[in-house]
Amino acid sequence: MVSTALQDLWFGFGVAFEPNHLFWCFVGVLLGNIVGVLPGLGVLATISVLLPLTFTMAPVSAILLLAGIFYGSQYGGAICSILLNLPCHPPHAVTCLDGFPLTKQGRGGAALGVTMLASFVGASFGITEMIFLAPVLVSIALKFQSPEIFSLMLLGLLAGSTLSKGSPVKGFAMMVLGLLLGIVGTDINTSVPRFTFGLDHLQDGIEIVALALGLFGIAEFIKSVNNIHVTNIEGAKVRFADLRPTRAELRRAVPAMLRGTMVGSLCSMIPGTGPTIASFIAYMFEKKVTKNPEKFGTGAIEGVAAPEAATHSSVQGDFIPTMSLGIPGDAVMALLLGALMIVGVTPGPQLIREHPDVFWGLVASFWVGNILLVLLNVPLISVWVKLLAIPYKYLYPSALFFVCIGVYSASNDLFQVGETLVIGIVGYVLLRLRFHPAPVLLGFVLGPRLEENFRRSMLISDGDLSIFVHRPISAVFLLLCTILIGSQIYQWLRRMTRKSGIEQVPSDSIQSLEALRN
Amino acid sequence: MPRLEKYDYLAGAAIMLFGAVAVVCGIDYHVGTLSRMGPGFFPVALGVVLILAGIVIAYSKKEEDGEDVPLDWRGMSCIVLGVVLFIVLGAYAGLIPATAACVFVSAMGDRTATIRSSLLLSVAITCAGVLLFSYALGVPFPLFR
Repeated sequence: MVSTALQDLWFGFGVAFEPNHLFWCFVGVLLGNIVGVLPGLGVLATISVLLPLTFTMAPVSAILLLAGIFYGSQYGGAICSILLNLPCHPPHAVTCLDGFPLTKQGRGGAALGVTMLASFVGASFGITEMIFLAPVLVSIALKFQSPEIFSLMLLGLLAGSTLSKGSPVKGFAMMVLGLLLGIVGTDINTSVPRFTFGLDHLQDGIEIVALALGLFGIAEFIKSVNNIHVTNIEGAKVRFADLRPTRAELRRAVPAMLRGTMVGSLCSMIPGTGPTIASFIAYMFEKKVTKNPEKFGTGAIEGVAAPEAATHSSVQGDFIPTMSLGIPGDAVMALLLGALMIVGVTPGPQLIREHPDVFWGLVASFWVGNILLVLLNVPLISVWVKLLAIPYKYLYPSALFFVCIGVYSASNDLFQVGETLVIGIVGYVLLRLRFHPAPVLLGFVLGPRLEENFRRSMLISDGDLSIFVHRPISAVFLLLCTILIGSQIYQWLRRMTRKSGIEQVPSDSIQSLEALRN
Repeated sequence: MPRLEKYDYLAGAAIMLFGAVAVVCGIDYHVGTLSRMGPGFFPVALGVVLILAGIVIAYSKKEEDGEDVPLDWRGMSCIVLGVVLFIVLGAYAGLIPATAACVFVSAMGDRTATIRSSLLLSVAITCAGVLLFSYALGVPFPLFR
């Protein structure tokens, strides 16, 4: 098995090193790194803006570019956290706790150096995991029929929507809303138009670009305008030579890195627990096992190394269910899957066999991209810091234009721009009501396939719902669903009976950061 | 939005509304039975689930995460108007007027923006946008109509 994996990987490197693929990978990580640093522009918004540009690309180039943006932004996010105490990106919020004190002590450069090393170690482990685990998962999943696929999707959707940030019920409601949005348009079985409200433009369904840019573009701009203040970058000067940690720092950081990597890869096994939760768990775990926990929060290098390694190993791990089963764990992965579908690649267990260049090229490009990121970050670190000072008032009008033209170019239709605006306004209302819109995308991407597999299962069983329990694999997935919902209800009941606020699953809010500090 | 109640009535109501729309429309599309599902079956099922979720949300306590930032009317109107202008001018005047108007109006949404700064930004983005999208990427959008 090892030899075939190595052969495939060799093939993948061949794909990744083709000049045009290398170019798009480089563009991806560069853009990702920039948006990771820029205040108020999220990785979801960036990927959605660039999504229309990939429609005309070859599948491999498209996925390398988009994936590069995703993990590139993880590097950029760490810079904000360590140098400026700004948790711009949720996974790096916990890095502020020890990263910023280190900056105040003049060791910010070393903290960044350790971060880069930790990211690379974490990512490498995640990639290795993907190489060996994905083919195994695929060989199992290829035997699945409609009932198994339905139950597996249900599990993925429930986990992805209830375990992420915010209230589980609200996440669930957003996911179901996404499922509904996914079935807008002409029904493939009966060609009845559904939820089109008489508009011909909606016959083909809602465009994923319009949905993503409405929710993560326009809605976010409305929320952030006049609420993001100019960042003060005084005192955040880092030179190239500062990046080298001392030997004593390394001796403490390396074991923490390895522990963080393990935590991250374990977290990525559970769908829905993305990098944010992984980094929090890694930090708390590190605080437990260390001999001097009192140093945490005052500039312990372990407190930087462990969560960063965990973030990156879980980021890479997130790709495993997405690429091998076709089931995304979060909104970013859902967007990547959407992009693949648009360029003509059907996600699912057959992907590796039918498009080996996409899968192995992507795996190899992770390494290439991570090396590019280290190479980019080391000399350009001072440029990134300067980028932080770009005021939001110049950013959002430019981004808004990119949203408009991006949606237009997806189908050369101004109606889509209007659709995006409506989705953006509804999305803003939902944001005000404290819904997190990310699960909408998850439901949207899986909606049509979920319905299709449910219908097919009902045809097989002639309308007997017990088919999902009678098939052993499907029954296991449903059991996991039940456990998941049961534990959520149990926690909910406990919260209702006990009035005091029990510490929730770490979210990205500053509050839970403060709770951690105590 | 002032926090008047302890419970999340508004959020629950919004979700119930979405569910109700799904059920009402779905019934029209022919629901069918489990063994012979019509196009309306799935929407109605999801709609019912949404209504139930809405009820649970309405009766759970509000989350207390972070401060509520007040709605910025100026920012919101300018952003919405910017997009509307892009659509209208895009349909009747072409890419250059649409871009310039969209960037200028939305830039005015910032409270520190001046007419001068917004104009400069608008000119810069229009030039860059035309070069990138019209010439480099070949998006079929006439510069003037």
